[in-house]
Amino acid sequence: MSETETSPVGETRLITARLRERPDDSWTIEGALASGAYNAFRQALTMDAEAIGKEQVAASGLRGRGGAGFPAATKWSFLPPDLAPRYLVVNADEGEPSTFKDRMLVERDPHQLVEGIAVAAYSIGCHQAFVYLRGEFALGNERLMQAIKDARAQGFLGQNIQGSGFDLEIVVHRGAGAYICGEETALLESLEGERGMPRIRPPFPAIAGLYAKPTVVNNVETLSTLPHIVTMGGEKYAELGVNKSTGTRIFSLSGHVKRPGNYEVELGITFRDLIFSPELGGGTPSGRPVKFFIPGGASSQWLTGSDEHLDAPLDMDYVQQTFGVMLGSGAVMVYDDTVNPALVAWRLAKFFAHESCGKCTPCREGSGWIEKVLYRISHGQGRPGDLDLLFSVGNSISPGVVNAPFTQTTICPLGPSAVSGVASLHKYFRDEVVEMCSGGRPSIPVTADAGAGA
Amino acid sequence: MTGASSSPGAQELVSLTVDGTTVQVPKGELLIKAAQEHGTYIPRFCWHERMKPVGMCRMCLVEIEGVRGLPPACTTPVTDGMVVTTVSDSVKAAQDGVLELLLVNHPLDCPVCDRGGECPLQDTTLAFGPGESRFTEEKRHWEKPIPISDLVLLDRERCIQCARCTRFADEIAGDPLITFNERGGHTEIATFPGDPFASYFSGNTVQICPVGALTAKPYRFKARPWDLSAVETSCTTCAMQCRGALESSSNRLVRLLGVDSDAVNHGWLCDKGRFGYEAIHHEDRVRHPMVRRNGEWVECSWPEALDVAAEGLRNALAGGGASGIAVLGGARGTNEDAYVWARFAKGVLRTDNVDAQLGDGLPAEVALGLAHATISDLDTARAVVVLGTDLKEEIPVLALRVRRAATELGVPLIEMNATATGLAPDATATLRYVPGEQAELVSAFIAALDGSASGDPEIDAAAAALAGRDGDIVVVVGRGNLAERVDATVAALAPLAARGDTRFLVALRRGNIRGALDLGLAPGFLPGRVALDDGRDWYEEAWGAVPAARGLDALGILDAAANGTIDALVLLGVDPHADFPDRDLAHRGLVGAKFVIAVDAFLTDSTQGADVFLPVTAWGEQDGTVTNLEGRVQRVARKVSAEGTSMPDWRIAAELALRLREDFDLATDDEVLDEIARVAPAFASVDAALMRRARDGVVLPVHEHSDTLVLDRLSIPLTDASWEPIAPGQVDPEAEPAASTDTAATNPAGTDADTDASDEANEVVAVVERVPVPALHVWDGIGTTPTRPGRDAYALRLVSSRTLYDDGVMTSATPAFGVLVPVAELRVNPHDHDRVGVEDGASVRVTSARGQLDLPIRSDRGVPAGSAVVVWNAPDRPAGTLIDAAAVVTDVRVESIR
Amino acid sequence: MTFNPTNLAKAHEIVAQYPQPKSAILPLAHLAQDQDGWLKPEAMREIAALVNETPAEVLGTCSFYTMFKRTPCGKYVVSVCTNVTCLVLGGPEILEHLEDRYADDPDVYVEEVECLAACGNAPSMQVNYEFHEHLNPELAAAIVDDYKSGELIARGVSGGRQ
Ligand SMILES: Cc1cc2nc3c(=O)[nH]c(=O)nc-3n(C[C@H](O)[C@H](O)[C@H](O)COP(=O)(O)O)c2cc1C
Ligand code: SF4
Ligand code: FES
Repeated sequence: MSETETSPVGETRLITARLRERPDDSWTIEGALASGAYNAFRQALTMDAEAIGKEQVAASGLRGRGGAGFPAATKWSFLPPDLAPRYLVVNADEGEPSTFKDRMLVERDPHQLVEGIAVAAYSIGCHQAFVYLRGEFALGNERLMQAIKDARAQGFLGQNIQGSGFDLEIVVHRGAGAYICGEETALLESLEGERGMPRIRPPFPAIAGLYAKPTVVNNVETLSTLPHIVTMGGEKYAELGVNKSTGTRIFSLSGHVKRPGNYEVELGITFRDLIFSPELGGGTPSGRPVKFFIPGGASSQWLTGSDEHLDAPLDMDYVQQTFGVMLGSGAVMVYDDTVNPALVAWRLAKFFAHESCGKCTPCREGSGWIEKVLYRISHGQGRPGDLDLLFSVGNSISPGVVNAPFTQTTICPLGPSAVSGVASLHKYFRDEVVEMCSGGRPSIPVTADAGAGA
Repeated sequence: MTGASSSPGAQELVSLTVDGTTVQVPKGELLIKAAQEHGTYIPRFCWHERMKPVGMCRMCLVEIEGVRGLPPACTTPVTDGMVVTTVSDSVKAAQDGVLELLLVNHPLDCPVCDRGGECPLQDTTLAFGPGESRFTEEKRHWEKPIPISDLVLLDRERCIQCARCTRFADEIAGDPLITFNERGGHTEIATFPGDPFASYFSGNTVQICPVGALTAKPYRFKARPWDLSAVETSCTTCAMQCRGALESSSNRLVRLLGVDSDAVNHGWLCDKGRFGYEAIHHEDRVRHPMVRRNGEWVECSWPEALDVAAEGLRNALAGGGASGIAVLGGARGTNEDAYVWARFAKGVLRTDNVDAQLGDGLPAEVALGLAHATISDLDTARAVVVLGTDLKEEIPVLALRVRRAATELGVPLIEMNATATGLAPDATATLRYVPGEQAELVSAFIAALDGSASGDPEIDAAAAALAGRDGDIVVVVGRGNLAERVDATVAALAPLAARGDTRFLVALRRGNIRGALDLGLAPGFLPGRVALDDGRDWYEEAWGAVPAARGLDALGILDAAANGTIDALVLLGVDPHADFPDRDLAHRGLVGAKFVIAVDAFLTDSTQGADVFLPVTAWGEQDGTVTNLEGRVQRVARKVSAEGTSMPDWRIAAELALRLREDFDLATDDEVLDEIARVAPAFASVDAALMRRARDGVVLPVHEHSDTLVLDRLSIPLTDASWEPIAPGQVDPEAEPAASTDTAATNPAGTDADTDASDEANEVVAVVERVPVPALHVWDGIGTTPTRPGRDAYALRLVSSRTLYDDGVMTSATPAFGVLVPVAELRVNPHDHDRVGVEDGASVRVTSARGQLDLPIRSDRGVPAGSAVVVWNAPDRPAGTLIDAAAVVTDVRVESIR
Repeated sequence: MTFNPTNLAKAHEIVAQYPQPKSAILPLAHLAQDQDGWLKPEAMREIAALVNETPAEVLGTCSFYTMFKRTPCGKYVVSVCTNVTCLVLGGPEILEHLEDRYADDPDVYVEEVECLAACGNAPSMQVNYEFHEHLNPELAAAIVDDYKSGELIARGVSGGRQ
């Protein structure tokens, strides 16, 4: 693996190294092998399988990159010993608004993912892995299928891999347009051919997951990191990052920035670095101030352009404890002061209403109600009291909405996520919204289409 | 308690504190149920105690010490020391929230909604809900009620997406024909285009729907809950005798709801039973007595009709004597009806030519003499063998109990039948036999069971499924195929009965067939499950007289009638034309009988030709007891007054006896039952007083089943909403507060002084002093395989079984069933179809030794090569023309028509 | 029979990939939709038979997923994102433009979709699930026309070019 290049508040490239270095062939078997693909897996095959998880991954402090940030090694350790079959399921359903890192990893470095899957499968003793790939990713599907085919031909998949006696098959399973299937138990339902409705937990997937068998669900980025942990060693990897947020993460930066895109940075740099550093976001194109930004994907509550918020470090636990927001899926959406926050809140509400699986009453009915009211507000038909109404409806889904960690009356966190926008308006833009609701007009012309229910 | 757990007390107990009170509950029981059984009702919509929890509606949220947030009580198993609050502010807030959100898209059309007045959503909103809704946006709109089957209408605007109906269809009925369609706020219940919700159990979804989204066509707008009154009863559409709450409005039956009897039906009903009540008020009911005057029926008074009937019987006695008199039927009525008719026929007329079956059941020797199992034994059986019957078609709710044992409780299910049955998808092994050759299959299975491989992989696999399991094998045996003689089944039963480890559920279909046989409406038997010769002395003592010798069964009676040796024939609610396998013999017999007395509620092909018609009260018009297929005596109740001047069967018998100078001195049903308890050995101590107190009825003989007796008829009334499992005793006006749960009344010797039942028992003892109580009949287990004619290569062996719906009186008198009637067609294996060489649906000529008819032919993979199926009860009973009741099997040739 | 022979063979392979046949419902539905342009009722019946479930169960599953079109839609499914990044960078205008422009074109089905994971180059859209980014209304229309003229071809969703 190419040794890591760093620069002051610039990128720290591990998992994005190959695709940056070989923009023309990083996804081909030739390009991958030429840049050291599968060396880590070869090395892993010489190591004690369990030790990889219990020692290397544990020492690396690697936490899930899918949103929940759960320590990977700990999750693996929940598997009941010697119960077979057991499954590894890769969460490649990337649907969190403004998150586009997994798509890049699948389209432009599928072999790194296959290698990560192989390492994980070897370590947890699984012989059948499924990649749940978002349905809309046609190119990603083609390249991943090709990568699996080529890896097989090279003897990195199939029977008795590299003479180690270890077998592994990977099946790519296509989603079909349902954000909720990113939630791991809904994903398993969908993989079983059911409607993608989250399951009641317990039992957790590690105990009874796919086909009620022990199952580990990990995110694409999480798995893509494994080869580097094997080559670097867990300790060394853990030297990167800050506190319990070790290593690097890809942040999907979008919205009002000069240089939107995916940036792999060491955890611990600040939001200001990410948004303004000339090597990263480069500030707002208009030069206007940042009004607010969404730090961890649409599910997270928002932060503002205040120094307090901009100077906060990219540390999962810090932002959670200090501001009640999350780094979630690593998507950062930036809005300058021309944006009507109510309009963004409405579009998010519309998204969650559209994606609610419908299982829980509060989410199914509440998200739709919130969307309708926010539509009125953001389209100039707000009524006095609307914001308080929204807030109390939010409370029915997520009691104590504003002060994280919030509780939920629902099965999965999508319900509460649908309230994040409302909570953020309530926290930071109360006056502006109240004014909109008292016959005032939205502060910018409405650009979005009319009507609800995309 | 509605008692879902089949073996309460078996579990380990843990302590649970709900709102300050600490109680002991079974470990792992769901919190919502544990709380409910100790009087704390946690509101809920999606949870149903007979189905797996899904935690969807979020109405049951509670606080649990040490648990973050508000977990749902319906998905949380109780752990030791759990401390729960169901009434705090945050719980209240959550409940208000959920209710407000449920109402966001729920129309406010309660005044025109069938559920209005008994609606869980309405009730819960009043009890737990917020003031009024703050939702001012546009509600979701759907086209108003759409039919999803012939019986069920769906109003999607009212649906609250609890998935009770879809889960019932999938989990319980095994008919996943309704589903959630679309997603999120657009989620609706739907069927697949062109595939209606054609399930025999669809009515249950209407009962468990917590709103008015699903409504039953027959009940729609018939009545408002507040002018309904209900009584608890047993459905007698089939021998399962499911418990139900029968409701009427202004003296008309309007609804039957399932009552959750843990012993019998778990709250479910089949649609035929649920909606069958419509026939009671049908305009074709015969409401007044009639006599035939020069060929025409004319109404007349009861005294006149009874005199004519008695006269006919007297002449018969004077002529050919007792042996010239015959009584067919008796399985339609109550135990009381059966007993008094048995006493009249055998004690007064002294004829033993009495048969409650029509050659379509099993010999009474076998049916009464097998080692009996209870329905609940299915749950703990080593394995369940279903032999020669399609339970889904004949006794649907028994099929549900078998299905549950197999799919929920992991009991191996071995299906042995000539063709695929409705249980095949759930069966561990499906074993086919050539009609008439079931004995060979059973012997091979037993051999495999005892370790000698049969060579047939399927049979060996079936036997292997029992390995490592203990307990008894429960055999559910029926008489599915009417085109083969019964001794084929008897021969198959013999080796099974000979084993020590088998017990039997005799799956005969007719409503009270078990009661009729138990009470002596069969040749060679006397009431109380005693053989004629064993009971002779006892009954001469009790009645003064009994028949001289064993008489004829249905086949013999119709034969004799055809040969002109039957002077008087009583049709006790039977239609030989429709039900006797041999169409031709039935016809000749009915024509040949010199004098025919019809005791029935409808004019049928058979009763049309009678000389006198005595109209009887129907189910719902009469109190009494009945006995289900496991031998459980349960109560049926009167809810509406009888149509016209119709009379209970037993009163007619008593009246006729009077005219033959015998006074039974019986004034009420209770008096009849008390006499039964006194004289009929199997019924010892099962008297009116005991029946009034026994919550789940009484399994005969009571002293062998005292452990299952619950003398307590009241349980906690939850809500009057019928969507909740209705506990036995909950709707019975006669229910008395729980007295004791002692089982003292169960000793036939009556050594317990302190219960009314045992007082009666003492009177039995009084009789005993003079004559010893006859022993209950036990089958000697002798059955030989009848010699079958070889089947030539071109012939197919006929299978003719019943489907649930037919064009019989009850169903055709019930409009709702119209479209569900089976079609007359010949179903054969595709391989045999090819040999005939005509396309699907083409008409072919079917020829047997007995007759010939033309039918459309259809391919059916469920029919093994070499066999052919004609549904028995298709319109006009086509199979009847092919069957010779004396033949062992029915072989048919099939030719294309040129 | 709705699957053509090639796809029927493929269908059996797909079912065989999974420990339980029901898992194959989604991939089989993709296969059918790639073949027919939409998910026909007959296709759902055939899928039900292939995985040994009732058609109702297949409908229940498929209707949950927005990619499955259960009514005929044009040859070209044009999916325009208007989620929160595209929202402020012109997505809604593109949607409006294409909706007007192809209002009466039976071949083009324009739909508003949620985030396509292309926000780095917003505003973006897909045509038959091929990504197109950095758009403006005119450019978007030009691209759709290229598909209509056959200049551009989509690879299809069910794996491998159709
Ligand atoms: C509504 C919802 C959507 C989610 N979407 C995704 C997703 O698109 N991709 C993903 O990897 N995880 C997603 N997650 C998180 C997964 O549930 C799960 O935590 C994760 O895949 C575990 O992998 P990790 O531990 O490697 O992060 C989602 C969670 C929720 C509640
Ligand atoms: S919270 Fe919403 S998305 Fe999550 S399970 Fe409940 S209804 Fe489905
Ligand atoms: S009853 Fe518990 S969630 Fe519905």
